[in-house]
Amino acid sequence: MFKTFVAAAGVAGLLASASYAADISGAGATFPAPVYAKWAETYKATTGTGLNYQAIGSGGGIKQIKAKTVDFGASDKPLKPEDLDASGLYQFPTVVGGVVPVVNIPGINAGQIKLTGPMLAAIFYGQVKTWDDPVIAKANPGVKLPSMPITVVHRSDGSGTSFLFTSYLSMKSPAWSSKVGASDSVNWPTGLGGKGNDGVSAFVKQTPGSIGYVEYAYAKQNKMAYVLVQNKNGKYPAPTAEDFAAAAAGAKWAQAPGNYLLLLDQPGANAWPITGATFILVYKNQENAASGQQVLKFFDWAYKNGDGAAAQLDYVPLPLPVKNLIRKQWTTNVTAGGKPVYTGK
Amino acid sequence: MNATTMDSETAPPRETAPGQSELSETIFRGLCFGAATLLMAALAGVVISLAIGGWPAFKQFGFGFFTSSAWNPVTEDYGAAGPIVGTVVTSVLALVIALPLAVGVSVFLVEFCPRNIAKPIAVAVELLAGIPSIVYGMWGLFVLAPWFALHVQLPLMTSTSLPGWFQAMIAGIPNGANIFTASLILAIMILPYMSAVFRELLLTIPSQVREAAYGLGSTNFEVVSKVMIPYVRRGAVGVVMLGLGRALGETMAVTFIIGNSHGFPHSLFDSGSTIASTIANEFAEATSDMHTSALIALGLVLFILTFAVLAIARLLLASEKH
Amino acid sequence: MDRTLRRKITNSIFVVLCAAATLVALAFLVMILWSLVAKGFGGIDANIFTMTQPAPGSPGGLLNGILGSILMCALGMLLAIVVGILAGTWLAEYGGKTAYGQVVRFLNDVLLSAPSILVGLFVYEILVKPFHGFSGYAGGVALGLLAVPIVTRTTEDMLTLQPNTLREAGMALGAGRGFVIRSIIWKAAGAGLFTGGLLGFARISGETAPLLFTSLGNQFVNLKMSQPMGSLPTTIFQFALSAYDDWQRLAWVGALLIAIAVLAVNIVGRLVARETHRP
Repeated sequence: MFKTFVAAAGVAGLLASASYAADISGAGATFPAPVYAKWAETYKATTGTGLNYQAIGSGGGIKQIKAKTVDFGASDKPLKPEDLDASGLYQFPTVVGGVVPVVNIPGINAGQIKLTGPMLAAIFYGQVKTWDDPVIAKANPGVKLPSMPITVVHRSDGSGTSFLFTSYLSMKSPAWSSKVGASDSVNWPTGLGGKGNDGVSAFVKQTPGSIGYVEYAYAKQNKMAYVLVQNKNGKYPAPTAEDFAAAAAGAKWAQAPGNYLLLLDQPGANAWPITGATFILVYKNQENAASGQQVLKFFDWAYKNGDGAAAQLDYVPLPLPVKNLIRKQWTTNVTAGGKPVYTGK
Repeated sequence: MNATTMDSETAPPRETAPGQSELSETIFRGLCFGAATLLMAALAGVVISLAIGGWPAFKQFGFGFFTSSAWNPVTEDYGAAGPIVGTVVTSVLALVIALPLAVGVSVFLVEFCPRNIAKPIAVAVELLAGIPSIVYGMWGLFVLAPWFALHVQLPLMTSTSLPGWFQAMIAGIPNGANIFTASLILAIMILPYMSAVFRELLLTIPSQVREAAYGLGSTNFEVVSKVMIPYVRRGAVGVVMLGLGRALGETMAVTFIIGNSHGFPHSLFDSGSTIASTIANEFAEATSDMHTSALIALGLVLFILTFAVLAIARLLLASEKH
Repeated sequence: MDRTLRRKITNSIFVVLCAAATLVALAFLVMILWSLVAKGFGGIDANIFTMTQPAPGSPGGLLNGILGSILMCALGMLLAIVVGILAGTWLAEYGGKTAYGQVVRFLNDVLLSAPSILVGLFVYEILVKPFHGFSGYAGGVALGLLAVPIVTRTTEDMLTLQPNTLREAGMALGAGRGFVIRSIIWKAAGAGLFTGGLLGFARISGETAPLLFTSLGNQFVNLKMSQPMGSLPTTIFQFALSAYDDWQRLAWVGALLIAIAVLAVNIVGRLVARETHRP
């Protein structure tokens, strides 16, 4: 018995000397994890460099880059310029996605219900309690709304999706802004908490009369009944990749200090109002120039070659002008010993 | 009739046979002692790192941290009362459900089950322990919750012939995500641990003890309840501790199905939260230092809670002996 | 009703209740296993064991998670068994009745109920942060810390129940106490000690939260324990909660593999024990 143990330990020790360690490591946001995984897979096949990305949550990503245990961090929630300066970090966006309210109302299909921002806030606040409330009916003439109580479903875990959604509600409702606020985890006035987008989808599907909010990929994959939300132009766009891209196209990145920009309520006839980018965090002053170069090289490659993979997975790539702006930012913002670590060569 | 350990003072003087020496004795005893102390050091380390991490939150909220049911990451106001209540209620309820089941299963396997199928059934029950807790969580969310909502909650809620206090106890959204279903899942999770250990305990009882009792004309029930279970009483305490311990700290299985609302649960069928589920839900994304500190403080509270619950359990069981 | 009849009825009710309890336990097992097998079995193919985890839409398997889990669970169980059996032995045979022993026993139970995420955080503070890197070693240590209280508890309970006659016989033959423990008591309690180890393994084989802070995870195969390592539970966690069908299917396959592993260890262990124990 003991001998088998020793033998096993010996084999393990032998194996431990062989490895295929990744060359770059990153951790953080769960939202872009599938597309980063796809990019990393193709990148390794074409260049041989491995990128190990683990989705431990945006907060985890920020903590780990601050602790210098990873080469880059990833966050769905951009850090404010003050925080960036305090930690010596620089952030840049990679892809864009949308948050979609979904409902489960008997007799109602996808895209049949229209809601405005203030209405959404009132519903999630618990002020509007039934589906046949005159407030909702006014925006939906001709739609048969049952007199069912509304069950709100939100996220129980902290998430960038919640951050985007509550930021939008804060923008559209002063009551929400002062009483609840915007964060990846808030004190929801009413409703159930589901774990992950999956949990919210499950609760909405199982509870007639419920409303929740999920990332676009989940709404699409689970074929959920989404809600049309009024945008800045007064129109009701559908939550699709084109409409998320429309929101990103109109955004003014160049004027956003520290790249702190939420793509909420952006102008454009087709712009989806609840859109957001996901960000990468790296140190301005790189201790290891080579690893800094590897990180930026990977994302430059992704900007050039990753759009198809992103679209396939229901993400929206950044518009080309934004990518070029970011590339220019790299030369001045990510340096080692005063020199940029990556200049696109 | 518990076995007791020996006193070295009453052992007869001995010459050491080849292969043993005073030195090897001392070394072995030292290793054992060292292991026990290492255990203590590890626990102390965990508690200290929690205390350090949670200190900012305790300093900010003081004693109110334990009594406040607020949990607002935006205004940075945190209180542990909701998760504390959820943790205690779900763990105690899970134990209440699982303990009789575990005793029943192990007694059945040891006393009544035909010999040739007892072993496979025992292995099958132990298999429940090997299912990853996330599977319990997902099964609970996708299978148990809808079933419970449809077949238990709805009939109970629509029946008008129930007394008022009972109705208050079962009020809640009929979607199966509540304290009771979370306790049920926890009970299923801790059942295999408790029954496996309890069965091993029962198997150590010497057959003479059992045969003597049967020889006196006792029924199975009398032998089990008056002879076998008392024989393994000390171990039975351990079984309860094992179950309670697993229930208090279990995260994944509970998080999916408890509904995750931070305030006090108002009824058995209301959603709530536990300390473990709150930490698991929010730690990965918590960016502000105070939020992180509040979560770590919550972890420390769980340790304190565990201390208290286990101490009370010990006192209760010890006083029963006489 | 005369007393004998009453006792007989009580007995019958008791037997029925015990049988019912077993049926309930088995029913839950069947229901949960059914979900697991129905969702996971169809996905088992050669790729699972030969390819590393894929991005959504690409072919792949679970090799990185499987190897990582094997290595880290092995390290964790090694630590847990060594420390747990020795500590349990100390509690049962040497210092269990002293004040210090009471404290150790009580605190062991407290450690047992520690949420795994907090143990992971502790190991992060001592093994990850100071070294600026996640590692398989840290993951193994975290798992070991989670399994050790179970092994300690069960060891102490099993050893205590061994009759004193065994100890007396050994010592009367001139053997030292430690020798008696190692050669007689441990062997006599063998089945129980194995159960303790098995329960410890069952617990850590499915743990996710502590590994996220210690070994981080790795979508590539990595056998170097000083680097971040993948594991089945972390892969399952990420894939199960995703929106993609192929990832979800892999998650269920992974969960099924863990359950099968626990079952296999259980059965193989008992077979081995039976071989080495000549009646």
